Amino acid sequence: MRSAYKLVFERSLPGRKGYDLPKLDVPEKDVIPASCKKTAPVKLPELAEVDMVRHFVGLSRRNYGVDNGFYPLGSCTMKYNPKINEEIATLFENLHPYADASCTQGAVDVMLMIDEALAKITGFPAFTLQPAAGAHGEYTGLTLIKAYHDNRKDYERTVIVVPDAAHGTNPASAALAGFKIREIASAPDGGVDLEALRAAMGPDVAGLMLTNPNTLGIFDHNILEITKIVHDAGGLCYYDGANFNAVMGVARPGDMGFDVLHLNVHKTFSTPHGGGGPGCGAVGCTAELAQFLPIPVVVRDGEHGRLEYDRPLSVGKVKAFYGNFSVMLKTLAYIESMGGVGITEGAQNAVLNANYVMGMLRGVYDLPHDRICMHECVVTPTEEMIEKGVHTSDIAKGLIDYGVHPPTIYFPLIVHEAMMIEPTETESRETLDAFVQAMKEIAQIALSDPEAMHKMPLTTPVGRPDEVAAARNPIVRHQW
Amino acid sequence: MRSYVPNTESERQAMLEAIGLKDMYDLFVDVPADMLLKSLDLPEGKSEMEIRRLFASLAANTDQSTPIFRGAGAYHHYIPAAIPQLLARSEFYTAYTPYQTEMSQGMLQAIFEYQTMICDITGMDASNASVYDGAHACAEVMIAMRASKRKAKVLYSAGLHPEYVETMKTYARFAGIELVEVPLCAYGQTDGKAIAALAEGAAGILVANPNFLGNIEDMDALVEAAHACGLLFGAVVNPISLGELKKPGDYGADFALGEGQPLGMPLNFGGPYLGFVATTSKLMRSLTGRIVGETTDDEGNRVYCLTLSAREQHIRREKAASNICSNQCLCAVTASMYLSVMGPQGLEEVAEQCVQKAHYLADAITALPGAKLRYPNTPFFHEFVVDFDEKAEKVDKALLKAGYMSGLPLSRFDKADAHGMLWCATELNTREELDGVVAALKEVLK
Repeated sequence: MRSAYKLVFERSLPGRKGYDLPKLDVPEKDVIPASCKKTAPVKLPELAEVDMVRHFVGLSRRNYGVDNGFYPLGSCTMKYNPKINEEIATLFENLHPYADASCTQGAVDVMLMIDEALAKITGFPAFTLQPAAGAHGEYTGLTLIKAYHDNRKDYERTVIVVPDAAHGTNPASAALAGFKIREIASAPDGGVDLEALRAAMGPDVAGLMLTNPNTLGIFDHNILEITKIVHDAGGLCYYDGANFNAVMGVARPGDMGFDVLHLNVHKTFSTPHGGGGPGCGAVGCTAELAQFLPIPVVVRDGEHGRLEYDRPLSVGKVKAFYGNFSVMLKTLAYIESMGGVGITEGAQNAVLNANYVMGMLRGVYDLPHDRICMHECVVTPTEEMIEKGVHTSDIAKGLIDYGVHPPTIYFPLIVHEAMMIEPTETESRETLDAFVQAMKEIAQIALSDPEAMHKMPLTTPVGRPDEVAAARNPIVRHQW
Repeated sequence: MRSYVPNTESERQAMLEAIGLKDMYDLFVDVPADMLLKSLDLPEGKSEMEIRRLFASLAANTDQSTPIFRGAGAYHHYIPAAIPQLLARSEFYTAYTPYQTEMSQGMLQAIFEYQTMICDITGMDASNASVYDGAHACAEVMIAMRASKRKAKVLYSAGLHPEYVETMKTYARFAGIELVEVPLCAYGQTDGKAIAALAEGAAGILVANPNFLGNIEDMDALVEAAHACGLLFGAVVNPISLGELKKPGDYGADFALGEGQPLGMPLNFGGPYLGFVATTSKLMRSLTGRIVGETTDDEGNRVYCLTLSAREQHIRREKAASNICSNQCLCAVTASMYLSVMGPQGLEEVAEQCVQKAHYLADAITALPGAKLRYPNTPFFHEFVVDFDEKAEKVDKALLKAGYMSGLPLSRFDKADAHGMLWCATELNTREELDGVVAALKEVLK
């Protein structure tokens, strides 16, 4: 049954109260000058606790997470979020970021343990956990590249080369870090076109930003040649680890000639996405770049970690304090739970699941790159479906009625009508089979009754939104 | 070892065979052979019980039990019990960004409500869906100011949190923005007279209220001075203070921004926190980050979706207003829950208790010999600077020994400021704690 859901403001009644505080236990004095004081009462909804709780529980029931079911959103690595991680993440809640060093050792050690584990997993000796998200990590990593060239007084290197298959954050982060962008076309297999890469090199190139496996889910088999070409031209190589789930415990970017990388721990290391954050965009780099990392850097001092601030070449800070600490706790719990063998096994099964889905969809949908993929595969509607007016978005909406969150659609941009499917390792064979079955049934409907496809989804609390109207006449707050 | 892979060995083998492969290594043919790791050099995985023990021992190597009299950008407040319970709803926390509108109405509406509440408490017209934290909010607004005015210079008050300034400096350095500090006057407030002399070629100014030292600024006068020079004005505010003080909308700020952590987020050693940014309807399109808007579905029902995405990186790539993609969504929902359960009275009462307890503490501390308020004639909210005859770091250590986390020695940010200490009291500090720390301080200062 479709319906709107009351806003919290529409549940407000004057005088309702959902909190109570102890009585003020110090003598009250009039201390704030009238000229500084608010001129009207605060405007917020007034609700009893039970009403507030039901409101948010109701909202949660109109939402869908990994705990509800399959969520094969490509490039987002929607793996299961282990519950022990949530439990232990509450253990440091009352720790003030500026507490005396004698009170914080256990927390600093957590960061040290993560840095050292990630060093082994990626092949990079130095890390910062300060960035709050993947794009924030990209930005931070790129500032290291800029700082490196600046420190060599090589001020002419102002260009970052980005393949056209890259996530939009890559060029946006590079622009924010002060670089110009030189986009290169991808080879037909979605990998880097070596000739195009060579042609893009020059004394103005600061570096290459590469997502590997790329957004088509393909590991670039020329990877060593790519890093060599860039290094020979005096540039540095940035590894976008958005898709690191495919290679964790299998191969290390640090061994492939990369200089800096970011990881989305809220993808690869199982921390929840929270509906769009908080995440953690850990950045690792070579020993040579470590001197530019944001402060503080966690360094080992005997048995323990220590926060080091005195680093004159540091790029500074990219946010206050040390990063999203409770997300770090979940990261460490995951790494410690999995161990070396478990991490490798995770990547292997992620890749197996993606190839299994691709294999089962062969013949029903088109596979623009019909070859072994990594953690995700890209499929498209057949020409016949498109001739009948059924597009990727219709298939995505149709999947919703099968209780599945749709894949990423219309990305990568270089594949027309792309559906990017990333099952992750935490899905069972029967979940994948049910998904394949749903995709097959949708394909049949698309061919036999294309009109029906445009009416989907039918099972959601609301229908397709008018996004054009939303952008044309933006209503971004409720007036009440 | 914990494995979160449900498929058994034999199922994995069957799946490999179903796609014509023999073993897992066949999946990695594209990886250069000499790049394949023999094994990952990490210890064996731990069981859940061992994980509990490991983290219990790490947590035991912290001290989180002492009463806190320290804020400086991270504030201890009462968190209603309903909030952690509701945040445990995994429909919220295990969801991705709400790209798939029909399946994400809950999160989209929660963010829309968050945006509305941020607008209501700040007196602004439009809010984004959050940025990383207060420091990052300053950096994003600095960049938005440049984009709106097409001027690559931004002023900031010396009363901004030092780590916010450091963050802005990083962003400014790489974005080619000139950042210029407006000093504080002898009263510990932004020197409004200095603005005009520095405003040439500048796009805007950021001023914190209360400022880092706890002092309440004369925002009316500062906005007037800034606007007289054609500057955009960004008010960096503590949201709790809005239960007591004027709203940015009241004094005509163009941006209201800051750290939302006091709205229901635990200290958590510095994060996750919440950057909020709100602006006027005129400047709405200069906001960076995600924004949720209201629209209708095909049956005319009111629904919510991500909107104004033409500003964003996935559409505009290198021409985007910002690179932000993931933000602090769950923290925004936390703030929305906090404001919903506390309501207008709750926010006002928390603010009032903070003010009263901080002033009680300030009076008691400065009644001791060897302790003076640095700005005795300046109004403050819930933080204040005390100058001790003694070195502040020594006072800090001695009080820690007595079982209290004192105010923050300002030498942390300025070595020359050896005697200053920034104190904070909130509604969580009981009279007993307040009297206790003062008694302990009396012993220390003897």
